[in-house]
Amino acid sequence: MRSAVVVFPGSNCDRDLAEALRLVGGRAPAMVWHRESELPAGLDLVAIPGGFSYGDYLRSGAMAAQSPVMRAVSEAAARGVLVLGICNGFQVLTEAHLLPGALMRNSGIRFIGRDVALKVENSQSAFTARYAAGEEVTFPVAHHDGNFQADAETLDRLEGEGRVAFRYAGEVNGSARNIAGILNHAGNVLGLMPHPERAVEAAHGREDGRRLFEGLLEAVGQPA
Amino acid sequence: MKVRVYVTLKQGVLDPQGKAIHHALEGLGFAGIRDVRAGKLIELELDDGAGDAQVEEMCRKLLANMVIENYRIERMEAAP
Repeated sequence: MRSAVVVFPGSNCDRDLAEALRLVGGRAPAMVWHRESELPAGLDLVAIPGGFSYGDYLRSGAMAAQSPVMRAVSEAAARGVLVLGICNGFQVLTEAHLLPGALMRNSGIRFIGRDVALKVENSQSAFTARYAAGEEVTFPVAHHDGNFQADAETLDRLEGEGRVAFRYAGEVNGSARNIAGILNHAGNVLGLMPHPERAVEAAHGREDGRRLFEGLLEAVGQPA
Repeated sequence: MKVRVYVTLKQGVLDPQGKAIHHALEGLGFAGIRDVRAGKLIELELDDGAGDAQVEEMCRKLLANMVIENYRIERMEAAP
């Protein structure tokens, strides 16, 4: 699988994500700096990592969404290239309008860093094909602005179209309908607040995230 | 020319920060607070020719997230 990890000033999960892609996919991703206006040719996946892009000034992900590289990511997404945004990456994708809704300050105000149980709601997407629908998995979360909000009509549409990929098994950060991760209409863009890349090997304490990356390999015709 | 942009959360959008401020004020003994909403004030210093349409576009493209926020533009009188 040919993949790239976008790096913004303030990204801090870019190397974790690159390592997960290398470990599971067997091939190191290209690291693409935010000033680049083009992505490497022939990519199967673009991954937007967690962190605090541009210091999260104004709003989390707002500045990064306007960076040159994000125009290239939007174009790639429109061509059907897989796009995965984790944590700050999810915030960037909503600010770039590749995904609906917004990520607001956690309802309890505090930063949350711990393992959380998630329910896989849709096992039909490229990102979730290696999970069973309704399966419970555990990923770590580490965020201050993970409170997903959208208007009721958008939420209904997401639910109706099976675009809620992951849901928190219990209340975590105030997210509407406990939504933890959503897909775009075409199903090739996933944004989620929890960190699958931090749960891919035994040393992490759990490996529930590994199958997300394995599913992507399968989707691009290179099963692990 | 100075322009002020007030960015506020839309009605109905929960405001965790406003709520925390509310609780803190009550903790200080202030009574009679019905609600607190927090927002942002952004001051722009612009060339005199900058039109309303341009500031509107700035708001829609970057300064406000139209999913959850509203904006209000206020033009400041130039200092005499």
